[in-house]
Amino acid sequence: MTASSAFSYPTTRRRLLGQASALGALSLVAPAWAEELANLGLPGGPSERPLTKAFPQKGEMILQRTRAPLLESPFEVFDKGVFTPNDQLFVRWHWAVIPTEIKVDTYRIAVRGHVKNELSLSLADLMSLPRVELAAVNQCSGNSRGFFEPRVAGGEWGNGAMGNAKWLGVRLKDVLDKAGVKDGAQCVRFGGLDEPMVEGAPKFTKSIAIDHARDGEVMLAFGMNGEQLPLLNGFPIRLIVPGWYSTYWVKMLNNIEVLDGPDDQFWTAKAYMIPDTPGANMKPGEKDVKMVPINRMVPRSFVTNFRGGERLRAGAPTPLRGIAFGGDAGVKAVEVSTDGGATWTQAKLGTDEGKYSFRQWSTQIEPAAGNLTVMVRCTNMNGLTQPATPNWNPSGFMRNVIETTHLPVA
Amino acid sequence: MATLVRTFAFAIIAAFAVGSARATEVPPPFALKSISVELPTSDRTFPYGPGVAVMDANCLICHSAGMVLNQPALSKTAWDGIVHKMVKVYKAPIEEADIATIVDYLTATKGAK
Repeated sequence: MTASSAFSYPTTRRRLLGQASALGALSLVAPAWAEELANLGLPGGPSERPLTKAFPQKGEMILQRTRAPLLESPFEVFDKGVFTPNDQLFVRWHWAVIPTEIKVDTYRIAVRGHVKNELSLSLADLMSLPRVELAAVNQCSGNSRGFFEPRVAGGEWGNGAMGNAKWLGVRLKDVLDKAGVKDGAQCVRFGGLDEPMVEGAPKFTKSIAIDHARDGEVMLAFGMNGEQLPLLNGFPIRLIVPGWYSTYWVKMLNNIEVLDGPDDQFWTAKAYMIPDTPGANMKPGEKDVKMVPINRMVPRSFVTNFRGGERLRAGAPTPLRGIAFGGDAGVKAVEVSTDGGATWTQAKLGTDEGKYSFRQWSTQIEPAAGNLTVMVRCTNMNGLTQPATPNWNPSGFMRNVIETTHLPVA
Repeated sequence: MATLVRTFAFAIIAAFAVGSARATEVPPPFALKSISVELPTSDRTFPYGPGVAVMDANCLICHSAGMVLNQPALSKTAWDGIVHKMVKVYKAPIEEADIATIVDYLTATKGAK
């Protein structure tokens, strides 16, 4: 299959309660409390996932895994605006030991390691620092992994392991300055309250280089779209690493450790590795490819007001709209093609909410009868454009091929 | 009002000068509230087949069944690699003798055709 299979809306069907055959079929794919199914259209399947409202502080989500929770945003949510509602932003935990009770008065964040003064900050201490607010896309490294061909193991996401929010918090730089980073610091490692299920398994931690940590943009957020974070999105404090994949955005942050050497722990040194090639692309089975830790995001764009297969009226002026983001840079342009990529038309861009945010795009078409294909591509401010062919790597990371939506016109 | 608007416009200009983060001089009130929640549990087990009891006894320790059942069809080699990764890297407490049973189950139910 080609890039044309890349876009698919979840579609739902009502659970047929009372019909034994339907119940039997559903019990194979869904816990008893899940009521409807979404279809992610993954090549070769399985594509059906339950839709659920069973998770605390979350609305309707696509259930990828109950424990540890993996919840995907239904794609329809991205048509409602550039900011993803808190109760529908995706959820991804590595380990299942997650505190279900957080007391704000006793919560502490340790700042330790290669610093002059080790700190134990209360939330009040943290919130007394100068505040910043920043719109930024939070996207899983493996968003859209389910569309990889050949398929790869992992969380089999559609396109909804991403979301955009206004993050309110304080600069990591200010927190580090309060502790006083010693000369020779190389990186900063972050850990949260989540723990592995079994002894000896690697606790989830991630680190970034010291200069990155002190760039004034990396922040500790306590606000998300004007409210405190849902527990499953990292309450009370989440690390925000604008322009970088979500794996670095450590949730329930309680440990900040400055290191004077490289971080050799599993999740930074061995996991989340991508081929060191343009677009993190390699051939299946290719040997001796240099691997590096995943880092900056790349541009993507999507149609949000039609799902593949929806019927349009021939000759009728038809609005097309969607979202785009530039990855680690702002959106420079979004272009639409309805002739298979031969010619491209600039779409109109919506309000600029900042270089790390989703940005809405819109245009109008008058489709002729037949089978219409709509392709959309984003170019970011660094001049990087989405590729026409999908990338591949064994972990299913960094998909950003041009999306194509098929729409019959009559 | 005019002053407020001017201040806001200045704040926007300043924000553009330093990037897209907007610093605020006086922190707006923002109070965090303690929370206590309950997470749902999964009642799913693995579909019947040879080795299903070993699957239920081992694979559900760390994650619910959906993680496995949502995987695409993979080769026996791929499943063998995944099960060994669970043991070696993620420290799944699986008896050596059960590894082959689990790989066979996965290959039978989720194997590449």
